[in-house]
Amino acid sequence: MTIEPLNETPSQTAGPYVHIGTLPSVAGLKIRTQEKLDVAAPANAAGERIFIEGTIRDGAGSLVVDAVLELWQADSKGKLPGFWGRAATDFKTGLYRFETVKPGKIAGTPDAPFVTLLLFSRGLNIHLHTRMYFADEKDANAADPTLKAVGDPALAATLIGARTSEGGKTVYRFDIVLQGDGETVFFDI
Amino acid sequence: MSNTEYYRRDRNWHPAPIVPNYKSTVLRNPQRPLLSLPQSAVDLAGPVFGQAQLDPLDHDLILNYGTGAEAVGERIVVHGRVLDQNARPVPGALIEIWQANAGGRYRHVRDGYLAALDPNFGGCGRVLTDADGKYAFRTIKPGPYPFRNNGSDWRPAHIHISIFGAAFTQRLITQFYFEGDPLIAKCPIANTVADAAALDMLVAKLDLENQGPFDHLTYRFDIVLRGRRSTFFENRPEGN
Repeated sequence: MTIEPLNETPSQTAGPYVHIGTLPSVAGLKIRTQEKLDVAAPANAAGERIFIEGTIRDGAGSLVVDAVLELWQADSKGKLPGFWGRAATDFKTGLYRFETVKPGKIAGTPDAPFVTLLLFSRGLNIHLHTRMYFADEKDANAADPTLKAVGDPALAATLIGARTSEGGKTVYRFDIVLQGDGETVFFDI
Repeated sequence: MSNTEYYRRDRNWHPAPIVPNYKSTVLRNPQRPLLSLPQSAVDLAGPVFGQAQLDPLDHDLILNYGTGAEAVGERIVVHGRVLDQNARPVPGALIEIWQANAGGRYRHVRDGYLAALDPNFGGCGRVLTDADGKYAFRTIKPGPYPFRNNGSDWRPAHIHISIFGAAFTQRLITQFYFEGDPLIAKCPIANTVADAAALDMLVAKLDLENQGPFDHLTYRFDIVLRGRRSTFFENRPEGN
């Protein structure tokens, strides 16, 4: 007898009103207004405090202002479970922004430190999955099997967040392109 | 703990990324194929949510907008189980839902549909599955509403639902519909799911036996998240 696994429930778009259920105060609801899901690592978490910010553009170069992103990462020592966060792109500027700590390398794996990012929005029938690696981890990135699998350095560059400084804060800039020139690498994992 | 991978996602069972009849998909999806990767330790772990993070009324959308009065509409309970592909319950799964009100209007700063807001309805809920993977919400049945696509297309009544399993690789956001709704067959978004059996998985079934007599109708919606492959070299003859 062959045992077949059940079929997974199919995905559907999160739609333009995704904020109501995921970030209700962004939708304008007067509930859960103290929730700060964009702060992934609590204030007392060990490690270097960082921000990750950027925009999302579509195949016409337009800003995607109605997306929700989720971040998932190891902690600063490379331990799991680590930190989860959620942020929306701003309705006007298109910017998303996370506050977290820089993840550490996970012992026993060849992977360079990275954060996982999932994208949900109108027009995405199933979420997109990408990763941000850190520009200041040159040696680890050079040895990373995923960045090697991407191959073309121009494509691998779409997965690297640039380290910048803003008023004494460390900000990694990570712009995402859904389609066309400079299209970000997305994964099936 | 085993580091066994989860089954690969069947991308032909899920909707295709670009489905031109749902116009918003055309410019928002990559042209290059997705890059297949092995599942890393990060993908096999996931955030853990607890009851302490939830409000006692989070699962009751008739009351949880906090005005003290009840939302208007057809009173329903939606319940079901979250299983993995190996038919094992997923306990402690965070489920989040959002929906339009009985008139098809969302409480969202960017929804301009002319139907009225209900002062007593927010449309946002969440719940954790119990030890058997079971969950239940009390809400009102959302109304259908038009959206700009091929002129004025109509969305069938639906509730958006987001689920976290034990691993981040099980993450899923979808929508469910209601048995018997003639708009399902006409909806460009519902029909991004090409396989009829797959679309049927998104249709909540009327569960008359479990109605609340003289109070509410009940619908059943079960959810299947990705499951783990078996390994044969661990001391676990029953599987894992």
